[in-house]
Amino acid sequence: METKIAFGGPKSLSGKEFTYCPGCHHGIVHRLIAEIIDELGIQGKTIMVAPVGCSVFAYEFFDVDGTVAPHGRALAVATGMKRALPDRVVFTYQGDGDLAAIGTAETVHAANRGEKLTTIFINNAVYGMTGGQMAPTTLLGQKTTTTPYGRRAKNDGYPVHISEMLSTMVGVAYLERVTVSTPQDIRNAKKAIRKAFLAQIKNIGFGLVEVLSTCPTNWGMSPVEAQRWLLENMTKEFPLKVFVDKVGD
Amino acid sequence: MKTEKLMMKGNEAIAEAAIRAGCRLYFGYPITPQSEIAEYMSRRLPEVDGTFLQTESEVATVNMVYGAASTGKRVMTSTSSPGFSLMQEGVSYIAGAELPCVFVNVVRGGPGLGDIQPAQSDYFQATKGGGHGDYKLLVLAPSTIQEAVELTQLAFDLADKYRNPALILADGMIGQMMEPVELPPMRDLSTLPDHSDWALTGANEREPHKVTSFNIDPYGLEEMNKRYQEKYTRAVREEQRWEEYKTDNAEYLLVGYGTVGRILKSVVDKLAEEGIATGVFRPISLWPFPYTRLRELAEAVKFVFTVEMSSGQMVEDVRLGVEGRVPVHFYGRMGGVVPTPDEICSAFKKLL
Amino acid sequence: MAKVQGYIEIDSERCKGCGLCINACPVKAIEFSSEFNSKGYHPAKYKGEGCIACGFCYLSCPDVCITVFHGARRKTPVGV
Repeated sequence: METKIAFGGPKSLSGKEFTYCPGCHHGIVHRLIAEIIDELGIQGKTIMVAPVGCSVFAYEFFDVDGTVAPHGRALAVATGMKRALPDRVVFTYQGDGDLAAIGTAETVHAANRGEKLTTIFINNAVYGMTGGQMAPTTLLGQKTTTTPYGRRAKNDGYPVHISEMLSTMVGVAYLERVTVSTPQDIRNAKKAIRKAFLAQIKNIGFGLVEVLSTCPTNWGMSPVEAQRWLLENMTKEFPLKVFVDKVGD
Repeated sequence: MKTEKLMMKGNEAIAEAAIRAGCRLYFGYPITPQSEIAEYMSRRLPEVDGTFLQTESEVATVNMVYGAASTGKRVMTSTSSPGFSLMQEGVSYIAGAELPCVFVNVVRGGPGLGDIQPAQSDYFQATKGGGHGDYKLLVLAPSTIQEAVELTQLAFDLADKYRNPALILADGMIGQMMEPVELPPMRDLSTLPDHSDWALTGANEREPHKVTSFNIDPYGLEEMNKRYQEKYTRAVREEQRWEEYKTDNAEYLLVGYGTVGRILKSVVDKLAEEGIATGVFRPISLWPFPYTRLRELAEAVKFVFTVEMSSGQMVEDVRLGVEGRVPVHFYGRMGGVVPTPDEICSAFKKLL
Repeated sequence: MAKVQGYIEIDSERCKGCGLCINACPVKAIEFSSEFNSKGYHPAKYKGEGCIACGFCYLSCPDVCITVFHGARRKTPVGV
């Protein structure tokens, strides 16, 4: 039997080493996006908008045109790009602090306008780059560097459910919450991300995939423990579900 | 060159000028006294296959401008003082990413909510930088509707020439006033500058373009800053613009820009009737500020008298230009109060 | 059905020793190397046998360090 590559890295990655911590799920999601860009054959017309956060360097990890938006404003920058170049594929890659805290308004309104954009939203329940502070999606009771006694609703409010919120927006064409904590989850996440891109490519509307992700360093766990903690705790607060699918097969 | 001549409101003239300069993208948010620009754009842009989008905030607006500008296309927004304050972070990013675009600030009384009357109290923000970091805006201040048309077109050209944001610093009066204007013809879009060497358009059979103001390495960021400074040095050399009125044998020099620059002409005429020889130096480019010519004029007068609709901001640049050769006096009104020629004349005469 | 034969190659320099591939491999064919890479991590290392080319390690790797081959190991694998 002739030996051939069964699984090899995607072309659309630039080859630059990722700056993420060992076991950080950002890297898995990056690879899925790059595989989809390869498979859809859109590398030559894709433009990426990176956020401010751990993935601020992401625009260097993809072999596509890219920029970095001010913190929280990626979807506004992407809107400007898409309005200027409607036939290009524009996607944003954002963390929970970027999208669900400072960038909430930009996110809600891009979705509400049904912008033909794709957003990959990494929800790892903390601000990673700045050292593990509370994020809008931090669980109740979860310790972070700004909730040293655990997040308390009385003082810090409740975890924000972005996908549930956006599912009420008519302009949304594809919306799913996934995780990349098991091989099966990873395969499913790839399908979801592909559909979020197709929502744009088929000119249907706004596509967003919320990816529950680990942050081993700031959670103070090993990568494997972090995955277990995510599956046991985060998925309870943030159920995995397809919220909107106007893309079909 | 066939031009049309018609009566137009300042805000609408600025919008039409932008369209005739080849701008086909406008993002904006309503704020008095300039909402007519957005309204006009919402009517006109669809007529020329352009894109108009009303946004959810000025913060979103400036970032949409960033996104559109990063594709190399001509894009514009307009706002008024509080709105422009919200845009400052975005302006800093746009300058850092070297993206050409045009802002219009139709200034109103401030600070805070202030009022909706014309004012000039945003001079520092416009010329000394309202956002973070070493950057400059190319700032042009019209004093008539016709000049607003011409400077809007110039703003697009300068933004492209320097790959830098340009700002039209108008005020509520210029925005709301109607005057006859001659409109230049529509520009052929194929003649617009080509930015395909850096613009984000999709890496189709070319290396990917990266446009960003970001560099985690300080030495790299310093190199980027050196590049910006070279541009600014060139702009200081090539883009100083001003107007003079009866400065030939003036004994005293009046300095004012925009609406006040216009009022000062009547002041000069009034004082001339009383045998007092004064002239007006009206900066048109507020950055780069026309120090060179001001310095020359200051040599030949007894003192300089600066008038602004603020507590005195441009007067600091006037002092820098005059460099102590002669005294520099100031008269100003705040809160959106527009000074009358008479009150300026009496304030001036007290200095004699 | 004959068991599928395969093997993997791991870029030990790029690997950060996170262990996710080791955790994901259904046949436990990967382990931590006792050596260090230049970043100071113990990279993952293929035990040399047992791989069924399922790709779980490739899927789970956050740094795209693993290439999975289908078929017997040969000196110069044929790229697809």
